[in-house]
Amino acid sequence: MSSSINIKKSVIDTLLAGLLSLIVFGPVIGILLDGYDFTTRPSLLLTMVAIVMVGRFAISLFVQSEKGQMMLYKHQNNDDGVIVLPPGHKSKMVYIVPIAIIIGLVAPFVATKYILTVLILGLIYVLLGLGLNIVVGLAGLLDLGFVGFYAIGAYGLSLGYQYLGFGFWSMLPLAAIMAAVAGAILGFPVLRMHGDYLAIVTLGFGEIIRLILTNWTSFTGGPNGVYAPLPTLFGLEFERRAKQGGTPFHEFFNLPYDSGLKYVFIYLSLFMVVCAVLYIKHRLVKMPIGRAWEALREDEIACRSLGLNHVLIKLSAFMMGASTGGLAGVFFATYQGFVNPTSFTFFESALILAIVVLGGLGSTVGVVIAAFVLTVTPEMLREVADFRVLIFGLLMVVMMIWRPRGLVRITRTGFAVRKGVA
Amino acid sequence: MSNVASEKMLEFKDVDVFYGPIQALRQVSMHINKGEIVSLIGSNGAGKSTLLMSIFGQPRASAGQIIYCGQEITKKSAHFVASNGIAQSPEGRRVFPDMTVEENLLMGTIPIGMAHADEDIQHMFNLFPRLKERRNQRSSTMSGGEQQMLAIARALMSRPRLLLLDEPSLGLAPIIVKQIFSILKDVSGTGMTIFLVEQNANHALKLSDRGYVMVNGQIRMTGTGQELLVNPEVRDAYLGGH
Ligand SMILES: Nc1ncnc2c1ncn2[C@@H]1O[C@H](COP(=O)(O)OP(=O)(O)OP(=O)(O)O)[C@@H](O)[C@H]1O
Ligand SMILES: [Mg+2]
Repeated sequence: MSSSINIKKSVIDTLLAGLLSLIVFGPVIGILLDGYDFTTRPSLLLTMVAIVMVGRFAISLFVQSEKGQMMLYKHQNNDDGVIVLPPGHKSKMVYIVPIAIIIGLVAPFVATKYILTVLILGLIYVLLGLGLNIVVGLAGLLDLGFVGFYAIGAYGLSLGYQYLGFGFWSMLPLAAIMAAVAGAILGFPVLRMHGDYLAIVTLGFGEIIRLILTNWTSFTGGPNGVYAPLPTLFGLEFERRAKQGGTPFHEFFNLPYDSGLKYVFIYLSLFMVVCAVLYIKHRLVKMPIGRAWEALREDEIACRSLGLNHVLIKLSAFMMGASTGGLAGVFFATYQGFVNPTSFTFFESALILAIVVLGGLGSTVGVVIAAFVLTVTPEMLREVADFRVLIFGLLMVVMMIWRPRGLVRITRTGFAVRKGVA
Repeated sequence: MSNVASEKMLEFKDVDVFYGPIQALRQVSMHINKGEIVSLIGSNGAGKSTLLMSIFGQPRASAGQIIYCGQEITKKSAHFVASNGIAQSPEGRRVFPDMTVEENLLMGTIPIGMAHADEDIQHMFNLFPRLKERRNQRSSTMSGGEQQMLAIARALMSRPRLLLLDEPSLGLAPIIVKQIFSILKDVSGTGMTIFLVEQNANHALKLSDRGYVMVNGQIRMTGTGQELLVNPEVRDAYLGGH
């Protein structure tokens, strides 16, 4: 590690970067199409190139400094697996969790309606991320059709209401169970598959669900979609006029009608469910089943040599993941008030997978952060809506270069002996 | 070596095993007595690992019987076998790479539960002091020899009566092989029955009470370790023909 700075190298780097950016930005920024004509914008182009060159020069100098070298070294030695903390380790989460819960509970009362809807969306993706994280992150089964379970949850609420008259609270557990059953049905035939093959089959599964929803018009309403009911609070409804045979909330308490109130209520219910799922997952990981999932991901043959039934382990991972996806679907449907098949395309599966991968496979905190980053950023980028997907892609590429193992290094507390547990 | 009680612990009776159309074991009959060290030698692809795995029903025997302590286990689940006193360390030291040494050992308790875990981990650390030094190290960062010790220790964590080892000497330096085999001898001294699948015929037969030689899925020869060691056919085929 030499810490002497080689200016010549930096200058060469800078010139190269400038040349490259000229080639890339030249046609994109330098030329503005105007009907059949075009105008050139040399000043804008030169500014962009200058920014890139200055940036490259600064980075080049920094990397050659002692601090930069340290960072590079750290980064290069940073991607070799999980950090395992000693079992007795008291994590800082002990302080962070209560604060997060309090902030989460207070948020809906201070946030505007718009922010609230974004938060709800964020939490829905947290649920989706957590669900897929069990399948991909913990059990190591690549599932590209996760959106199928999401759709089952969402349509479960809508169709359950339409045909059976079930409300939100009855459909919430039922949809989770339905999704879990679907998970088992998908799980059985794919148990013998690994990696790529599994990914293809699950991809097909997601598409099949979407196609059924689109084409079985008489049952699902096809592309027109179906209405989804709002949750009720002990029979009190949050719409202007009662639709489900109860009393509207605002009439009961003699309040003026506020359309934001329903979002507050959805948010709070969702927040509770997310906390419950987080807690359950936290416990599961420490139980034998959680260890079995991780063991299965790490070495299937070793698992079998311990007499573990890999069929059951895979199925349980699929079912747990699927039911969490189903829960997310129910909340999505009620939040939109309406579902149709366009919400359940492959892009959605890819987004959920991105959340899990960006978050760090297997890391719960990472998934929560990534879910918010990936749902809130697009909202903030509304002005540059045209570039959203581009920026999204760039973010992914940068992430994979700088943090190939995800935002949050998986740090887990080692498991220790627990007395009296079989 | 002659004072071994001749009570049969595990017995194969005319076992056939197929992988699809390929027959890997043909009419295999053999047995392991209580307290013995028995080794199975044979060249690559002879079917040694298949025989060992078939005890766990993976793959399952299509004909014949596998009997353990008087009970037929031919059709029992792997979990049943593992929780009834048979442990195996599979070929190629399959440790869980992202788990620490201690966690790997704890995984070994899965068949029987964690009731004795603390005590048994201490016991493993006494048997393999190397593991103690590395208890919080992730097992993927350990050397091959250390991983093999870990794989054996993990198998021992389920307090087996019968320990199955598939090529514990694979890819290890002679000194480490010696070390591991001497530990196996100690373990066997405590009354554990050991079934050893090995390429390293010399070491294995010296350690063993009895041995079997497998060729093309069939048992070709059997005898005491000493008998096989001096047998000219065995010497030619497996001991480099000295
Ligand atoms: N999963 C499998 N599918 C198909 N054939 C298999 C499978 N496993 C093993 N075989 C075949 O069965 C035969 C016996 O294999 P086995 O692994 O038991 O040999 P081995 O004696 O353990 O050899 P080695 O000393 O090289 O480990 C080989 O011909 C092998 O190709
Ligand atoms: Mg083998």
